[in-house]
Amino acid sequence: MLRSLLFIPGNSPSMLQNADVLGADAYIIDLEDAVSPKEKDAARLLVINAIKALDFDKNKTIVRVNPLHTEDCTVDIQAIVPLAPAFIMPTKVSCAEDIIKISELIELIEEKSKLEIGRTKLIPLIETAEGIENAYHIANSSDRIAALFLGAEDLTSDMQAIRTKQGNEIAYARSRIVTAARACNIEAIDTPFTDAHDYEGLIEDARIARSLGFTGKASISPHHVEGINKAFTPTYEEINYAKNVIEAIEEGKRLGKGAVSLGGKMIDRPIVLRAQKLLNVAKQLGMEN
Amino acid sequence: MDKILPNIRESILKSGLKDGMTISFHHHLRNGDYVLNMVMREIAALKIKNLTIQASALFDCHYELIEHIKSGVVSHIETNYMSGRIASAISHGILKNPVIFRSHGGRPAAIKSGRVHIDVAFLAAPAADKMGNSNGSLGKSACGSLGYAIPDSECAEKVIIITNTLLPYPLFPASIKESNVDYVVKVDAIGNPEGIVSGTTRITRDPIALKIAEYAAKLIKYSGLLKNGFSFQTGAGGASLAVTRYLKPIMKELEVKGSFGLGGITKYLVDMLNEGYFEALQDVQCFDLQAVSSIRDNPKHIEISATEYSSPLSKSRATSSLDVVVLGATQIDTDFNVNVHTDSFGIITGGSGGHSDTAEDSKLSIIVAPLFRARLPLIVDKVQCISTLGAHIDALVTQRGIAINPKRQELYEILKDAALPVMPIEELKKITEKYTGIPDKISPIEKCVAEVESRHGKIIDCIFAVE
Repeated sequence: MLRSLLFIPGNSPSMLQNADVLGADAYIIDLEDAVSPKEKDAARLLVINAIKALDFDKNKTIVRVNPLHTEDCTVDIQAIVPLAPAFIMPTKVSCAEDIIKISELIELIEEKSKLEIGRTKLIPLIETAEGIENAYHIANSSDRIAALFLGAEDLTSDMQAIRTKQGNEIAYARSRIVTAARACNIEAIDTPFTDAHDYEGLIEDARIARSLGFTGKASISPHHVEGINKAFTPTYEEINYAKNVIEAIEEGKRLGKGAVSLGGKMIDRPIVLRAQKLLNVAKQLGMEN
Repeated sequence: MDKILPNIRESILKSGLKDGMTISFHHHLRNGDYVLNMVMREIAALKIKNLTIQASALFDCHYELIEHIKSGVVSHIETNYMSGRIASAISHGILKNPVIFRSHGGRPAAIKSGRVHIDVAFLAAPAADKMGNSNGSLGKSACGSLGYAIPDSECAEKVIIITNTLLPYPLFPASIKESNVDYVVKVDAIGNPEGIVSGTTRITRDPIALKIAEYAAKLIKYSGLLKNGFSFQTGAGGASLAVTRYLKPIMKELEVKGSFGLGGITKYLVDMLNEGYFEALQDVQCFDLQAVSSIRDNPKHIEISATEYSSPLSKSRATSSLDVVVLGATQIDTDFNVNVHTDSFGIITGGSGGHSDTAEDSKLSIIVAPLFRARLPLIVDKVQCISTLGAHIDALVTQRGIAINPKRQELYEILKDAALPVMPIEELKKITEKYTGIPDKISPIEKCVAEVESRHGKIIDCIFAVE
């Protein structure tokens, strides 16, 4: 499950030591924006040793590397991939070629490190206007792509848009990211809500993201994790409805009915698929009973 | 008639203070206190020597005591808490004889029983009248409750009130009564308001502390004690105070109405009183301006003396009606003994205060602390100093798990089924050591610089000097 993805600054020993107790479904260890240019080497060393020494769940570990065009990006990938985190998050990804290039580099390192080729998955950060327009091609560019992640702060700067809490300026980008991801059968991760003190604003922002189809949402504040998890967790009402849908469909099959209704409404294929997906999520969260 | 004297020197002379006597002070003005230093300067000028300081607590602002020790004015100290430069100097062996550390309940018990005899009590009062009726609620240096000063006022041979605010007689309500007061001295200032109380106590935003607090609140929820009539005390720092944030919604959900909040009182307990979560607050010390306003204005916010708070010699005491207390720790060992007197290097940084009193009396005592601070582990084989006996601690809550004292097997059984990460303290220790390694043993100098006395009068540990 990727409901909540918490950013952990790569230069903060105390946050790294406690990353796994903060309740997030995954943690994004950040070598990019959280680390000043002068501290890149030190942070990289710290992250390498943290991953080696601490009991990180590798399946929950995402490392955000420096932008593709920088020398730090190559050094980051060479240092991190051999440690076998489940995910690398390339930044400022604008086109499919970016992914192809980085995948080639990762493949070389996997081979050299005797890791299974293709095991390192990617969650590209889409944060440019060009990236948004190329979202489908990016999502479709490699089997390594596990999810698309929308980065609204850099994007709105690139778009020369005014960033607001309401988020009308990113409505198109959000929809395009979700559509591209779903078209390629991968997950879609929403941008963080950056006001750490506005919990109600976070809840509303997460509600919008879930309603648009996002799988989860990133956070720069540990205080937002619980709210995000709640927003992206199916309610028991939704789970019960999904169960009723599946039961009604199975009952219809047994009775040889062509069309099945529930509560006076016709149940068609999309409703069944939605119910199945929701029950699958509930199962992963141990909520199916 | 009045009891007003022109200055502190005159009051010292009138009190008959002589070499070798014991003088007392309270710590309600905390790190903003001017009174102890003002009195000691006059005593030093009068060349009185070999005094015992009997202070409910000493802070960094009292560093001038170091010079008075060096010059022989002060030869002995007894207190409940000590921090800053004076604590460091004691740790380095500046005094010939050990400091006696007591608890907030042990001190009034020792005073009332006569084991401790106070010759002259110099009591700072934010407001007083000409006959010595005094309180902490009024005046520009208001600190709220004067709970720790009350036993001194009742038992000292001579009681001198030092105030910066003289109000018309009779001052009411009076925490310290005129019948116990010998002299009153008005000075320009008794303390620095910024050091006396904080403007507003704030709950930490440290995510680790909040995680610990959340677990602690859940532990209280499942303990069986969270029902109508519930009573509660928590410290004012870190994860301890944050427990109130998580406890409030649980009390709301379960529709629990508490009987009283106790202790050092903060804004958060005041809010809970005002919102109907508790019927009353029993207050021996105010920690912030909201608590000071509340004790002045709200009749349900009650001042209590240290004797009423936790003296074991009282026929009953507030702590003996306490359901749950949440406390901090510098170190805890695998026998659940807790150190709040020294840091991990053995240097004195604090004291029990009400820690051991509330732990012993409450139905459930919870230690909340992160598993490590910087690279220093919380859980050790043997604490540097036993402040509170492990027999009186019921649970340790950390960010990675909860350890229940084996003597509370029934609590362990309840929590096992409550989806909380309960594990043996030894396992938590192992987890910690994966991060910190095992620290080298400290080799203290074989000189006892302080003795920790339980509130029943027994020495339970000794603090050794450091290099």
